[in-house]
Amino acid sequence: MKYGHLILSGLLRKKIRTGLTAGSFAVALFLFAILAVVRGAFQQGVDVAGADRLVVLNRVSIIQPLPLAYRDRLARIPGVTQVTFANWFGGVYQDERNFFPQFAIDRETYRQMFPEFVVPDAEWQAFLADREGAIVGEALAERFTWKVGDRIPIRGTIFPGTWEFNIRGVYRGQRVQDDTSQFWFRWDYLDERKSFAKGFVGWYTVRIADPDAAVRLVKTIDELFANSPSETRTDTEKAFAASWVKQMGNIQLLLLSIGSVVFFTLLLVAGNTMAIAVRERTRELAVLKAVGFSNGFVLTLVIAETLVVAAVGGGVGLGLAKLFTLRGDPTGGLLPFFYLPPSVIILGAALALAVGLMAGILPALSAAKLRVVDALRRV
Amino acid sequence: MVRIDGRGDANSLIRARGLSKTYQRGSEAIHVLQGLNLDVDAGDFVAFMGPSGSGKTTLLNLLGGLDVPSAGSVTVAGDEITRMSARKLTAWRARHVGFVFQMYNLIPVLTAFQNIELPLLLTGLSKAERSRHVETALAVVGLADRMHHYPRQLSGGQEQRVGIARAIVADPTFLLCDEPTGDLDRKSADEILDLLERLVGEHGKTALMVTHDPLAAERARVVLHLEKGVLVDTVTAGRAR
Repeated sequence: MKYGHLILSGLLRKKIRTGLTAGSFAVALFLFAILAVVRGAFQQGVDVAGADRLVVLNRVSIIQPLPLAYRDRLARIPGVTQVTFANWFGGVYQDERNFFPQFAIDRETYRQMFPEFVVPDAEWQAFLADREGAIVGEALAERFTWKVGDRIPIRGTIFPGTWEFNIRGVYRGQRVQDDTSQFWFRWDYLDERKSFAKGFVGWYTVRIADPDAAVRLVKTIDELFANSPSETRTDTEKAFAASWVKQMGNIQLLLLSIGSVVFFTLLLVAGNTMAIAVRERTRELAVLKAVGFSNGFVLTLVIAETLVVAAVGGGVGLGLAKLFTLRGDPTGGLLPFFYLPPSVIILGAALALAVGLMAGILPALSAAKLRVVDALRRV
Repeated sequence: MVRIDGRGDANSLIRARGLSKTYQRGSEAIHVLQGLNLDVDAGDFVAFMGPSGSGKTTLLNLLGGLDVPSAGSVTVAGDEITRMSARKLTAWRARHVGFVFQMYNLIPVLTAFQNIELPLLLTGLSKAERSRHVETALAVVGLADRMHHYPRQLSGGQEQRVGIARAIVADPTFLLCDEPTGDLDRKSADEILDLLERLVGEHGKTALMVTHDPLAAERARVVLHLEKGVLVDTVTAGRAR
């Protein structure tokens, strides 16, 4: 590149300043990426929700169960093609900090309802054959270095006692954002051992033939169980996941606010730095113009310098964020989907360059407008 | 041949007619140059002398296309530069003018080689061709062994020689030197003046130099005196005569 050394030499004349400016880009982009990852982790349930699945809960609250008898009544509704159910277990493995979700699932239907979770046939058969069997997600297995055949004790908090399970299989997700931090065991085992709410399940998941009929079917289901001791509240799986996220507050707004403040501050810092850099080099820029470099060239040179700083700093920040996320969920299970997708990296890079451009444009314009005679007269 | 009476012929390399420059300072108009005429032929070495504020540097800036006059015209090799757009004037400068500054004005983060190469970046020359030109310029100024040194690693005289190499590397039509020895000790100043003399005498360059130093002016073939914005006389000077 013919002018590469001019850009580079402009940046390297004040190495510490350039380093700090690039560092501020790195910090901002690292923060941006992590915020986006956190947002993605909260949003993951919404993003992966099946368009053809409805969730049926107790109208009172999610912690109130529904009768098992509803299964057959749901299955008979025209437009419903499949029904499964599950129960939240809420146990503790070794320590409260080792949080991960445990579900008692219907062994006959759960696998068909969620084909995005892939379990090898042999392992699923072993699970069906063992009343104390469990299937764990591959992220969970990796987290605790569990393998098939291990016996796992879990202390019940809702359902008292120590519950022991034999790991019979490991499931993986078909998509990168599928949650593989879950622990599944058989609902019939739970129902047999629990001392209360026998014959009740936590919620139902219903598959419908036509996603466009979801609104009608939601109404049909809730009307079916209206005025019963266990009225229902039905939602699409996406709406259910979204409402779950909403319970934690307006995460989106919070993250957007933090991100905006960070980028605005970055813009001021980088803009100020470039303005100082241009002022310090007034004479040199004037010499460039005197020997025949055009205003446009000087403008481009200054902008190119900020873009290089933005690209290097932003690249470092995004790279560090990627490395950070490769280590997995740092919260011990609260954010199972802790992943930096390429789309966020591209967006981050574009943002860094946009901020670089905005920060450089005013100093670049003042450099371009510089009158050679005036600039050379200054000491 | 240098004339200041406005009667030079159309073959003059540099021709200024009725050149005026007025600055406005508040309500006060400062007339730096007032209807100045000048004709300089190719191969001349002209020194401009005069007290501070007499308009020497302003004249140099106008002749070099760095500034525009309030009135009058400047024609160089048939091109009337005072009618050129800013963009065209920039391109013209790159092709026709080599500037030598009092403070050298080298870019401190570039090596001598890279500083000299700057004007060539604007040409269509290949990297190898640029290198060849830079090495030739370095040889002319006697700094071939310092090409990878940074300005801070050079003496003042060496820095100015690099400045001169930068000015001549693109083979401009003429050189404009603004106090080229003003920041140098006597010995270094003499070396620079020797170099300028050689460029004119041996390489056929045309050089216009502003100076306060009578010894420096003596090296020129013609010395012009400026007073209050007017060229008052020409003196055929010095050793080059």
